[in-house]
Amino acid sequence: MTGYFSSYGAVVVLLLIGVGIFAGGLFANRMLRPSRPTPDKLMTYECGVDPVGEGWAQSQIRYYVFTYLYVVFAVDAVFLFPWATVFAAPGFGMTTLVEMFAFLAFIALGILYAWRKRVLAWT
Amino acid sequence: MAEVLDVALRLVVIVAAFLVLPLIVGQMEHKAMAHMQSRLGPMYAGGFHGWAQLIADGVKFAQKEDVIPAAADRRVFALAPAVALVPYLVVLIVIPVGPGLVGADIDAGLFFVLAVMGVGVLGSIMAGWASANKYSVLGGIRSAAQLMSYELPLVLAASSVAMAAGTLSLEGIAEQWRWWWLPWQAIGAVVFFVAGLAELRRPPFDMPIADSEIIMGPMTEYTGIRFALFMLAEYAGIVVLSALTTVLFLGGWQGPLLPGPVWTLIKVFVLAFVVIWVRVSFPRLREDQLQKLAWVGLVPLALLQLALTGVIKVLMV
Repeated sequence: MTGYFSSYGAVVVLLLIGVGIFAGGLFANRMLRPSRPTPDKLMTYECGVDPVGEGWAQSQIRYYVFTYLYVVFAVDAVFLFPWATVFAAPGFGMTTLVEMFAFLAFIALGILYAWRKRVLAWT
Repeated sequence: MAEVLDVALRLVVIVAAFLVLPLIVGQMEHKAMAHMQSRLGPMYAGGFHGWAQLIADGVKFAQKEDVIPAAADRRVFALAPAVALVPYLVVLIVIPVGPGLVGADIDAGLFFVLAVMGVGVLGSIMAGWASANKYSVLGGIRSAAQLMSYELPLVLAASSVAMAAGTLSLEGIAEQWRWWWLPWQAIGAVVFFVAGLAELRRPPFDMPIADSEIIMGPMTEYTGIRFALFMLAEYAGIVVLSALTTVLFLGGWQGPLLPGPVWTLIKVFVLAFVVIWVRVSFPRLREDQLQKLAWVGLVPLALLQLALTGVIKVLMV
């Protein structure tokens, strides 16, 4: 197995080693630790006072607009990577440079629009 | 056979580095913070300057009772530390410490690193959600917000280097690096480092675990070995961020006189020291200030860096 996927083979092995380190740590802990659970100990700690109501409280997520922005721009940004490796290749030069400014203008315009619409402020 | 041995040796070195370097950074943080804040810190364990304190902490963590709150979502709760920790180990495989000295030279290395590093933050979100604790949920949501805002400047700054080098392989980037990249990529380097700090949730970007507001955020309910693994993940994150900044913006192993790996280590530890220094020097940002810094500050700066990189690369080089 040589070529493109062989280097990813090492990555998979390292991932398994990482999982092994985690499991090994927990196993060592299991061998060494005492285990005397009591209802008080198993109660949610929260801030030190007995919790009131459910832990999964409803809350308003104030930054959901950022999430939209992120999805839009991150998808844009991914296209940068394949382009970045070839943009200065001989024969491209000015063409790709102009392209780049068109790309940057789109992102900058998007942020400017969001800023003018005041969605970048904490509501 | 020789090939398998070669890969095995590389993996052993990576695992050793993963287990040792974060502890050294942790020890450095103890000592640097103590000196900067004019206090002693732990001084007794081991005799000389309390060097054995970290080991004592480790032994303590290893034998502490593993408490999972009855209300928690057990499986997600138990798994979260692994999700936080393992990505930082996996990332190390593509970080070169010298010419040819890299775990696996993946040609889309930069892309791989950014993708895998993003996974680490999920551990914190999972922990926050699974704890069934109001403050932890808030902390997890803050982590998510931080990931969302700072991933973009991080990616843009990194792609600026990819443009300059014309390759996505980290080894290739470090090889292409010349000293004049320092001023050329300076904005990108700062943006990358700051966004990376924010993604690690290190002070001054530690709103997810702001202890005066939400106790310890996603880690509030964690004890013993799982908490220790979260801590290890934080320091491993510092090592990874410093190493990445070194390879992308500071030329990796390049430097006079000393051999390459030594230069890499020196640069990594200088940057790790800066991370600690920043923690001691700056007050925590407020949540809305954090978002503002990312979208109004870092993203436009990163775009400016992209334009600068493109113009200079096409016109000058």
